[in-house]
Amino acid sequence: MFRTELQVGKYLPWGGPWLFLLLLALWCIVPLRAQSSNDASFLSTLGQLREASYSDKAAIAERLSQTAHRSVRAVLTALLEGRLYFRNSDQKVFIVKSADADPHNLIDPLSLKDAGSASADSVTQIGTNNGLRSALRTTVAHFSLSSPEVAVRLDAVREMSRSLDEPTVALLRQRLGVETNSSVKKEIETALALAALDGSDSGARLEAIAILKQSVSQDVRNRLALLLDKSPDGSFVEKDEKVRRAAAAAVATIDRWRAFYSGFQTLFFGLSLGSVLVLIAIGLAITFGVMGVINMAHGELMMLGAYTTYVVQLAMPGHIGISILVAIPAAFCVAGLAGVLMERAIIQFLYGRPLETLLATFGVSLILQQSVRSTFSALNRSVVTPDWMSGSLRLNDALAITYNRLYIVIFTLIVFFLIMLVLRRTRLGLYIRAVSQNRPMAKAMGIRTEWVDAMTFGLGSGIAGVAGVALSQLTNVGPGLGQSYIIDSFLVVVFGGVGNLWGSLIGGMSMGIVNNLLEPYAGAVLSKIFVLVALILFIQVRPRGLFPQKGRAAEDK
Amino acid sequence: MSVRDKRLNLEDLTVSFDGFKALNKLTLYVDPGELLCIIGPNGAGKTTMMDVITGKTRPDSGTAQFGSDINLLELSEAEIVAAGIGRKFQKPTVFEQLTVFENLELALAGTRSFLKTLRAHITPAQHERIDHVLDIIGLSRLRGAPGRILAHGQKQWLEIGMLLMQNPELLLVDEPVAGMTPQEIERTSELLLSLAGEHSVVVVEHDMAFVRSIARRVTVLHEGHVIAEGDMDKVQNDPRVIEVYLGV
Amino acid sequence: MFRLWNSKAGGDRGGAWFLALLALVAVAVPVLNQVVPSSSSFHISAFGITLIGKYLCYGMLALAVDLIWGYCGILSLGHAAFFALGGYAMGMYLMRQIGPRGVYGNPILPDFMVFLNYKSLPWFWYGFNHFLFALAMMILVPGLLALVFGWFAFRSRVTGVYFSIITQALTYALMLAFFRNDMGFGGNNGFTDFKDIVGFDLHADSTHVVLLVVTAAALAASYMACRAIVDSRAGRVIRAIRDAESRTRFLGYPVESYKLWLFVFSAVVAGIAGALYVPQIGIINPSEFSPINSIEAVIWVAVGGRGTLYGAIVGAILVNYAKTYLTGAFPEVWLYALGGLFVLVTLFLPRGIIGLFSGRSKDKSAAANATPVE
Repeated sequence: MFRTELQVGKYLPWGGPWLFLLLLALWCIVPLRAQSSNDASFLSTLGQLREASYSDKAAIAERLSQTAHRSVRAVLTALLEGRLYFRNSDQKVFIVKSADADPHNLIDPLSLKDAGSASADSVTQIGTNNGLRSALRTTVAHFSLSSPEVAVRLDAVREMSRSLDEPTVALLRQRLGVETNSSVKKEIETALALAALDGSDSGARLEAIAILKQSVSQDVRNRLALLLDKSPDGSFVEKDEKVRRAAAAAVATIDRWRAFYSGFQTLFFGLSLGSVLVLIAIGLAITFGVMGVINMAHGELMMLGAYTTYVVQLAMPGHIGISILVAIPAAFCVAGLAGVLMERAIIQFLYGRPLETLLATFGVSLILQQSVRSTFSALNRSVVTPDWMSGSLRLNDALAITYNRLYIVIFTLIVFFLIMLVLRRTRLGLYIRAVSQNRPMAKAMGIRTEWVDAMTFGLGSGIAGVAGVALSQLTNVGPGLGQSYIIDSFLVVVFGGVGNLWGSLIGGMSMGIVNNLLEPYAGAVLSKIFVLVALILFIQVRPRGLFPQKGRAAEDK
Repeated sequence: MSVRDKRLNLEDLTVSFDGFKALNKLTLYVDPGELLCIIGPNGAGKTTMMDVITGKTRPDSGTAQFGSDINLLELSEAEIVAAGIGRKFQKPTVFEQLTVFENLELALAGTRSFLKTLRAHITPAQHERIDHVLDIIGLSRLRGAPGRILAHGQKQWLEIGMLLMQNPELLLVDEPVAGMTPQEIERTSELLLSLAGEHSVVVVEHDMAFVRSIARRVTVLHEGHVIAEGDMDKVQNDPRVIEVYLGV
Repeated sequence: MFRLWNSKAGGDRGGAWFLALLALVAVAVPVLNQVVPSSSSFHISAFGITLIGKYLCYGMLALAVDLIWGYCGILSLGHAAFFALGGYAMGMYLMRQIGPRGVYGNPILPDFMVFLNYKSLPWFWYGFNHFLFALAMMILVPGLLALVFGWFAFRSRVTGVYFSIITQALTYALMLAFFRNDMGFGGNNGFTDFKDIVGFDLHADSTHVVLLVVTAAALAASYMACRAIVDSRAGRVIRAIRDAESRTRFLGYPVESYKLWLFVFSAVVAGIAGALYVPQIGIINPSEFSPINSIEAVIWVAVGGRGTLYGAIVGAILVNYAKTYLTGAFPEVWLYALGGLFVLVTLFLPRGIIGLFSGRSKDKSAAANATPVE
């Protein structure tokens, strides 16, 4: 053998190395040329998308994916998201950055680099329909399987689970071998197990069920439930009884876990609702506990806090992220000031007449509502949720914790403990407690009760304002915001006991949870009626709430 | 007189609140028609004793008998009132927006139901009774005045008058002269003295001059039981009483 | 009448004047509508008749509120619920009276039921085609609700602001319930398009005049009944309960029973007022249950002067007249005015308008009677 090659070199005048270089060069050029012809065919196939019908488009997309061109994923994703356009002048196909922009930023489909811009009416979108989009999704999922990002891979596997044909299964099995991330691996195993359910081997099916039992996904559960179905003639679809039993057990297990997580979710929602009630009720409990005043304008003070958030966001549109952090002290001040004003101008003259104070503060609430209506219009205003508060933590298929609610619960607890701190550790807190337990004595000891009253009212009102900030993240802000929550917060105070912070906390949280538990079964109205009736019955046993004020002074109220 | 003839018969009453003994084997008798004064330092159990008699508090042990056959411990507060025991509290509460006459009218013995009072009219006999009581308490001329314009002393008398309307056999009067002017105190002692005989009266007081002016018999309470009994002189010279009042 | 003038409480002069005025209205208005020609400036139009009738109904509601608030200290922030319940009872009767004359022509089912595909009349509508039954319901339904609610509330010694809050919650819950379209009460549209009442055409002026006179009579009767209660010994007990509840209990009076009787009676008066209101204005819908209605009723009493009975009625008429005027001329201003009214009356006019006139003289005579202790 060696002889033969040497003999070739003997006959070529310019020697072996040069031949090698030539071969190397050819070896490089040919693929390049093949690539450029690859590019060309890719481009031409891409161009066919312009005029094709939807079913043809699906076939074209499939052909594109088979070229294994490096741009396939980007192009198909763009097509899926409605971002594939062609320029009217030269019929060239481009990807655009965003479908809503004008002018559009164009991206070259081959190099995926910027390719200038074009006005909206100089380009035409390449349209899709539902069928095409779902086919595209599967195709894109296949590509996403090898993406470096875990989240993308996870979504890809989930997408592929929906249509488990042979090639998809093969792809998944292949991926399982190299996948490093455990949650993606689990997801792949689930998908493969689902595929195995269609197989003929009972043993394999039993094994698959054992794997699927650990899932909490609704899709998995439904697929398993299908095994228990009967065909129209009355016989079971699944012939093997052992498999049926395993499937039934698996379905039961999944249902239990789903119920557990779903219950947890309801609990969480109830907590977040309760948190808002707690924030509103704390202020009310403080003013009523110390001064014996039921402030019917409390809801409107909360509304002022919500509108403050809106105004803050109007004033700093570029910094929505910190707008909430600015709004909190702002709302506290605005509402607190309004409260102090109310106290000095009206409430201090009605001392000792709680029913009259109730009426006067109701008047203030009407005035506040109408002023807001005149200043901002009667329509609802939307407050933007900053990015760091949006989105949710998805623990599994049955449990998703939205960040804004989570932050509100945490925020409420912080405020609660801050207030406790103020009441227990500061001088103002000491004065407040003294005045609420024995006013004449406090006066006799030189405490300026009028000042304490004003500060207490300011504190309670400020907290209401802060509650408004929290509420603005959950719902629309309008002049009637206060009215929708005020009755509930009164009921919390009645339930929890007046002047007691723990009562407000526990009362508010439980009412939020109870409300949330009942609503899916009974609807909003009946659950409100139920809560009312339950409260009336509860008052039979404890007329002064969960944690009533003790002592002779309280008895006289 | 044997025990059976006493108007009020308290024996070995014990009441404790969370370990603290408010009454400690208290034994006390009240004769019919007697005016008895009870004195003692604060915390001696005077108010608790009254609470037990009127049914507001139940004792842990002991007996409380009214007359010859009524066991007070078995009756409710309202039943005890109906049985003939009236209590006047320290703080006078008369109905400020009603006239003196109307105050007494409400205190009339008899029907209490809504429907009956809706149609009730004052009978001549009842009118006379009210006039009589007005006379006793000395407020006849103020019969048409609303409660809120009465002086402090007058309010106390009105309240005693309201008690009298129910014709009680036993009157428990808690610190009647607190906050009164000297003239008012004098009038009050006349009033209470006039009540004795027809009624049995038990007066709890701190004002020693007042007690001296009305009391035949004085009982001294300390830490929930009786430490001395007798007329004012005997009691004031009792070494145990001196010790308790002046302290060690 | 003689007794009113000379009754022990110094004579109910105010009440006597009020009743005389009411009688005048009851006579003059029909004349000014039916007899005086429409060209004359003294003529009262059909709209005027309806307006006056409405004011009188509100006066009755105010009377009911004053009875329990001014005399017993029970502040109900949900009394319009009883008003609305009486109104709905009347409404149900009137709806059934429409019979086959409705849009869908169904002799049994009212239009809204046909629209919502009801197959048959719900059981709680039975009997409402008879006027006497409806009359009984106007009294029984508010009364029964007040009985149950009051029994629970008073028995557990719920007083003061706590009580006010749960009455507000009650009317709010009822409002939500009646707004539901599947309750069988017409949902958010309520009842309307009435044709006639006990055979009399509701589009005729004469019917409205008669209704006005009936309302005036009902108002007078309620007034006299309330006056009788308040002047009796029971009334004195009630005032005693207002001033010193535990003392009254200590005197042996069943305080909860008194409160309950009064509350139920007041609810019935409010219910009858509501029932008379509906045929006059021709519509009833769930917004009658809204908490603001009840609170407005309270301000009528506060403005007029509570604890006088006729003061409440005066307040109701005055405030509603102002409301009619302002919502017509300057609608934006009305809520400011109402809110301001609440604040100003509680701060500066605690005894209301009537208090401005009678306050001074009462105090003088009392002071003259009192002599210092000598």
